[in-house]
Amino acid sequence: MMPDLGKYATAVLGSYAATAVLIAALVGLTLWQAARVKRALAEVEARAGKSDG
Amino acid sequence: MSIWEYANPKKFMATSAWALPWAVGLTVVCLVVGLVWGFFFTPDDYKQGSTVKIIYLHVPAAMMAINAWVMMLVASLIWIVRRHHVSALAAKAAAPVGLTFTLIALVTGALWGQPMWGTWWAWDPRLTSFLILTLFYFGYMALWSAIENPDTAADLTSILCLVGSVFALLSRYAVNFWNQGLHQGASLSLDKEENVSDVFWVPLLVCIAGFVLLFITMVLLRTRTEIRSRRLQALLARERVA
Amino acid sequence: MRALLLRDLRLAFRSGGGFGLGLAFFLILAILVPLGVGAEGTTLGRIAPGILWVGALLACILSLDRIFALDHEDGSLDLLATSPLPMEGAVAVKALAHWLVTGLPLTLLAPGLGVLLNLAPAGYPWLVLSLLLGTPTLSMVGAFGAALTVGLRRGGLLLSLLVLPLYVPTLIFGAEVVRRGAEGMALATPLALLAAISLGAAALLPFAAAAALRVNLR
Repeated sequence: MMPDLGKYATAVLGSYAATAVLIAALVGLTLWQAARVKRALAEVEARAGKSDG
Repeated sequence: MSIWEYANPKKFMATSAWALPWAVGLTVVCLVVGLVWGFFFTPDDYKQGSTVKIIYLHVPAAMMAINAWVMMLVASLIWIVRRHHVSALAAKAAAPVGLTFTLIALVTGALWGQPMWGTWWAWDPRLTSFLILTLFYFGYMALWSAIENPDTAADLTSILCLVGSVFALLSRYAVNFWNQGLHQGASLSLDKEENVSDVFWVPLLVCIAGFVLLFITMVLLRTRTEIRSRRLQALLARERVA
Repeated sequence: MRALLLRDLRLAFRSGGGFGLGLAFFLILAILVPLGVGAEGTTLGRIAPGILWVGALLACILSLDRIFALDHEDGSLDLLATSPLPMEGAVAVKALAHWLVTGLPLTLLAPGLGVLLNLAPAGYPWLVLSLLLGTPTLSMVGAFGAALTVGLRRGGLLLSLLVLPLYVPTLIFGAEVVRRGAEGMALATPLALLAAISLGAAALLPFAAAAALRVNLR
């Protein structure tokens, strides 16, 4: 299954690993920020709704 | 029905909520197909050996690093001319994505350059241009985070983006002038496809589509977050007053 | 406009006005580099164009945040904004004042430091000419960066981060002119490009900087 990468295995696998890490970091950060803001907004909106009556 | 309808935050939120699952799905499909195809089912290049497989990450990331800046430039122009908040927030949302792509291009380039050129880093024109691009992204993001008033920040970063684009172009030519490159020009650009054989070309196209979709997905998601965050700030401010 | 120019110059020359800081930095750099690199004449001569240009650029960055920060603190920037003088003109004058107290003295000092760095004799006229053409851009770009960051506390670091990539073309062409001049090669192209960047920056950046200032004073 695994293709034979020969003597360049570190370079190829390293590139894929580095890209995976960077993209995972970006996606993770984005999702985390999205969830955090969404939760905070829901909280504040609930409060605002109550005080309005 | 004009395109400016989407400048309305509510309309944007509704449309993007509908589009987001599709974007996520397409991104995953394209990236998985392209990368698996490229990694497992393409032959080694007769000269570069297995390192050609890096092309499926390096080229799309480098393309999108530049296109992200172009998108920010367009969004900044729209903000300056038409004052649509969504536009300014989209530019802000795109910057970290562009920076990530720039870093991917630099890292994979270094890993590729080591066996091929015998060095991690050379002051090659394209490498240098990308280093400068990284600086632009950092400066742009730092300016956004340094200013408290969001409208002021949007204005100032837009101006920076415009001026920065002009100087980025200048730098590109200056750097070309200053040093001859190691990069093979032809095989890496889209319009000269005949220099990359079809075996590599088709999966590369799929990967490029995957990275474009990834960019769109991330920008949609981040813009939604920015819009929510603006609303949150507004509500909090109202609470403080009340 | 002349009153504004004279006022800025007087403030800069007064003690503590920052005049001389850049010059001193430039001088220190030209003395320290040979001490660090070694006194070998050929090596020094080869890197001299680059060192002199980098030194001039860094010395210029040192005093950038003074362009608007002090005026912003004491409120005279708001007065300027309401005065009949257009903001673009005020920005241009302030950049000119900055150039007169940093760029011009640096240009005049550079040949002396060229001697310390063992610059080839053919390079001197080109060194002076390239700095004369290039340092106005440094001041103008710096004024733009200072206009962007004027309202910020601790804007200095951000200012240098913003300005650094904008300085790249000027630095490359400037150092290239001196290098080619010192080696006796043809240098019309980089010289023309350097001059073109300067003229373009002088023509367009005042508008960008004025727009940024207006946003900051809003």
